[in-house]
Amino acid sequence: MKLTIASGKGGTGKTTFSTNLAMYLAEQYKVVLTDLDVEEPNSGLFVHGRQTHQQDMFKMIPEWDKNVCTLCGNCQQLCSYHAVMKLGSQVMVFPELCHGCYACSELCPAHALPMHQIKMGELRQYRAGNLDFIDSRLDVGQEQAVPLIAQTLDYVERNFDTAYLKLYDAPPGTTCPVIKATQDADLVILITEPTPFGLHDLKLAIETMRELEKDFVVVVNRFGIGNDDVLRYCEKEGIIVLAKLPNDRHIAELYSRGELVYPHIPEFAEQLRLIGDFIMSQQGMQS
Amino acid sequence: MKIAFTAKGTGWDSPIDPRLGRTEYILLYDEDKDELSVTDNREIEGVAHGAGPKTAQLLFDINPDVLITGNGPGDNAAVVLKQIPMKIYVGAGELTVKTALEAYKNNELKEF
Repeated sequence: MKLTIASGKGGTGKTTFSTNLAMYLAEQYKVVLTDLDVEEPNSGLFVHGRQTHQQDMFKMIPEWDKNVCTLCGNCQQLCSYHAVMKLGSQVMVFPELCHGCYACSELCPAHALPMHQIKMGELRQYRAGNLDFIDSRLDVGQEQAVPLIAQTLDYVERNFDTAYLKLYDAPPGTTCPVIKATQDADLVILITEPTPFGLHDLKLAIETMRELEKDFVVVVNRFGIGNDDVLRYCEKEGIIVLAKLPNDRHIAELYSRGELVYPHIPEFAEQLRLIGDFIMSQQGMQS
Repeated sequence: MKIAFTAKGTGWDSPIDPRLGRTEYILLYDEDKDELSVTDNREIEGVAHGAGPKTAQLLFDINPDVLITGNGPGDNAAVVLKQIPMKIYVGAGELTVKTALEAYKNNELKEF
């Protein structure tokens, strides 16, 4: 089963929740956690494991061959991202804008834009207790998160069979990287906080998940602050609120030290248990 | 000499658009003919990626001697603009096209 933890708003607790849920469930089940927030991965601050694998990650971009180019301009007409541009008697490629879709390369009548690889980031795999943890990291200066997220998802699919519960920690927001991180999920957990900001961005995330036709449930973090609007909204919309993680200064202190929360806070562990039961009922997974 | 402006409108009293990539209009003042012409760039609003190079390409086609703008080009646009033998002056973001031209004539704008 593939489960993605996402949120509209940043800072609602995706990483705290994902790392705790992953470590908690790994005590009983085969679990792999992947941090797909490749622009600023931070799950590794809370999952202290031993590195078992590292590899460079590459994306494909076109390179202009001026010797065969006929300057027809087909490439720049095709490119949706303005990553290929004909200027006078030359064609310029902007690697940062390129999404690696191959359109210009494949449709060039003169084969003047062969694809070649450039390094975009690194993938690392760790073992922490019973948990397998994967962290992909975009290189500084790289602007496209989607190709790295896509390749990281492929890596996990290739290396972990269906006996694994696959947890994915998505980037915040509702942009392309979030869509890539959620589009193959069997279930999406949207984590929010009970504040006006939390509700506003939750609505955007829900709209996105509905557009993608994803099954999703909501987890409310920092329950106790703000107001009841998130709960009222979910009730009105018939959305399952799976758990309410307590607001507790002790949790923030543990977080600030890079420690897991559930071993120290019984109410937090109890909420993870509820979530775990729900996931396992969806999955029908055996321990 | 031909002087281009990034602008939010089509006339001399229009404010300079401080953005280069997403400028609404490019105005071109042909000093020799004393004519102001307008290129509408408003379709850039719907462009999610690569606005900088796209507008820079437009400037490549317009081929002015001088560009007067506000914030200056980003990295991608700058790569394109390097292909044009054009001087870029920045810091006119708070001015109108008319006052920006005066500021340029008085050497009050900074070359990018």
